[in-house]
Amino acid sequence: MATPTNYSRRSILGLAGLGAGAVLLNACSGDDDGGGSGGSATVEWWHIANTEPMLPVWDAMAKAYQSAHSGVTIKITPLENEAYKARLTTVTQAGTPPDIFHTWGGGVLKQQVEAGLVKDITSDTADVRGTMIDVAMGPYEFDGKAYALPVDQGMIGFWYNKALFAQAGVTAAPATWGELLDAVRKLKAANITPIALAGKDKWPGHYYWAYLSMRIGGLDLLKQAGEDGNFNKPEFVTAGQRLKELVDLAPFQKGFLATEYGSPDGQAAIIGNGKAAIELMGQWAPSVQAEASGKPKGLGDNLGFFPFPAVDGGKGTATDAFGGGGGFAIGKDAPKEAVDFLKNLLSIDNQRKAAATGAIIPVVKGAEDALTDPNAKTVAQTLASSSGFQLYLDQAYAPEVGQEVNETVAQLMAGKMSPEKVTQAITDVAQR
Amino acid sequence: MSHSADQITAPRPSQTAAAPAPVKSQKRQGRRWLTITLFLLPALVLFGVLVLLPMLLAMYTSFFDWNGLGGRPTDFIGLENFQRLLTDDIFLGDLKRGGLLIVLSLLIQLPLSLGIAMLLNQKLRGRGFYRLLFFVPYVLSEVITGVLFTMVFSPNRGLAEHIFGWFGFDDVGSTWLSDPNTVMYSLFFVMTWKYFGFHMILYLAGRQSIPNELIEAAQVDGAGSWQAFRHVTLPLLGPTIRISIFLAVIGTIQLFDLVWVLTGGGPLHASETLAVTMFNDGFRRSDIGYASATSIVMLLISLVFALGYQRFIMRRDIEGAITVMQDKK
Repeated sequence: MATPTNYSRRSILGLAGLGAGAVLLNACSGDDDGGGSGGSATVEWWHIANTEPMLPVWDAMAKAYQSAHSGVTIKITPLENEAYKARLTTVTQAGTPPDIFHTWGGGVLKQQVEAGLVKDITSDTADVRGTMIDVAMGPYEFDGKAYALPVDQGMIGFWYNKALFAQAGVTAAPATWGELLDAVRKLKAANITPIALAGKDKWPGHYYWAYLSMRIGGLDLLKQAGEDGNFNKPEFVTAGQRLKELVDLAPFQKGFLATEYGSPDGQAAIIGNGKAAIELMGQWAPSVQAEASGKPKGLGDNLGFFPFPAVDGGKGTATDAFGGGGGFAIGKDAPKEAVDFLKNLLSIDNQRKAAATGAIIPVVKGAEDALTDPNAKTVAQTLASSSGFQLYLDQAYAPEVGQEVNETVAQLMAGKMSPEKVTQAITDVAQR
Repeated sequence: MSHSADQITAPRPSQTAAAPAPVKSQKRQGRRWLTITLFLLPALVLFGVLVLLPMLLAMYTSFFDWNGLGGRPTDFIGLENFQRLLTDDIFLGDLKRGGLLIVLSLLIQLPLSLGIAMLLNQKLRGRGFYRLLFFVPYVLSEVITGVLFTMVFSPNRGLAEHIFGWFGFDDVGSTWLSDPNTVMYSLFFVMTWKYFGFHMILYLAGRQSIPNELIEAAQVDGAGSWQAFRHVTLPLLGPTIRISIFLAVIGTIQLFDLVWVLTGGGPLHASETLAVTMFNDGFRRSDIGYASATSIVMLLISLVFALGYQRFIMRRDIEGAITVMQDKK
């Protein structure tokens, strides 16, 4: 007598199916755009540049390609970051990835590759890969084979409000962790919220722990942990303790646990509106600040960038960079035009056009001269002179490990979990 | 004309089933089943494909360690996913939080709805308007409600913060959704805002099916308005209240959309529900096997509650309907 109507009151039952739903989706979805050969083809393209300035730029590139190749239709689906992750997961689990889709590389892409959802594009793209900067392909290659191409390669660093720093009497960008803590204290003393943090989204918080682990233990530590799943190492614990020093200063805006990153009252908007002095964020930060705060120029000249500071006695160097870019993978059933269009996106002209917006840092050598924004130039230069590179941990590791990093670090930053418990919890998941 | 008469009598055999001729009755019995089958078939197929099959598949995948990618699950681990659930603080917390929401609903939300329904049953200027007004939140989707209240409760520029700020409680306004200790009550507030109108309409309909003469008779016998309510209206509202409790509990067990949009289950899992945990494990962590196990437990909880509730509490309410059918047979 469990009447089905009670369940259908909520759409939850669809979720109760989960894997089942995936199988059904697979069965239902038409294969209208797959395996096109010459003549006419439809290329389905999912990207996450759902706002200005990149949205119209990519639209224009798709239109230009369509008019140059009659019969090819590029169907674009721009999605917001979080929505994209959720939606891509459902279609990949159903076994029907889009023809071209955004990827950050690393563990998630590897899982998709192992499931046979992504095309091996090693030989098709050899020419384009030769034109790229050296560190660019790292996250997208496994066992010497290429499964995606980057279009953007950036890094995480501190973005700060110069005016607020001056107001608080902070004269130089902090070069060590101790100096950063001092800057935070000065800002607090001047009644300025030192740091904006999107606690609801969790991933922005993991940057702190990841960077501290890199500075304290070096890149090999993170690589090793990714392989053996053992995070119970003194360096990771120390990273947690250093982070706790910062958290104990209560540097974040009030209510940070419920703050999102990109919403009109989120982390980016808080910085864009001058309500907090610092955020630790990637190369896209200035454009999202402008968009979310509703100010076309954001902070303008008042916005500055400095790399994550060194930690005294740490094994890592301050020139190691952490972050990632964005790339595109080719779905298993994609027509050959998809690869061709992707290569077209990576022509030096198109990379220059994209770079000119300031929202991405180009991967093709020579295109960086199109960067006009001084902050973007700084990021590009810092990256070009970096001694090593680590991809975001929630992308580099398998999804459950990455999520556990995000969630336990969020607990640490809320003061609810000790540094030792964080490493133990991540190890438990990684070794399960 | 005889053709159409046949068609009409076929689906209503109960009137003629008592006829003495056994052979004829058997033949009619067979046609009756054919008709029933034909009419039920489309619904049964849909129910099977869209409800039963996914359930069975979820049950199947719950025995595997599976990331959802690459065809079929292969890594059979028996009941390990279910064992993991029993030691998972988030899952156990979900049960506690679900229990809290149910208790709050029964103690606050439903009595409030009942009170308002009784109030709006009085002769009152503009009561049609109030009835409509209170029902409006129920018509909104949960997602819209969620978005609306994330703005109201926004820590830095929310309406709630402004209002409380006028009275000098700045900090109260900013911690609605960001403090693990208050988030459940904020969530319950939003739930109540959204659903009290629905229960109010149920009670109002129930109240209006009670003849006023009964209450007048009680009043003639000297009952005060509280006594009349307590001993006449409330018992007669019994069936309505029982179905309303049933809907509130099942709805709470499966709560997802509202929580997802409002808090995402946070901060720090403090407002997570079973469905949110399931989504996180399945779609964020690609741990489909484990998420399926959660969904199975959710199904079992709902099922046990639904069956138990109908068997023991709503028995009298549904008995009427069933016995009438059996009598006619």
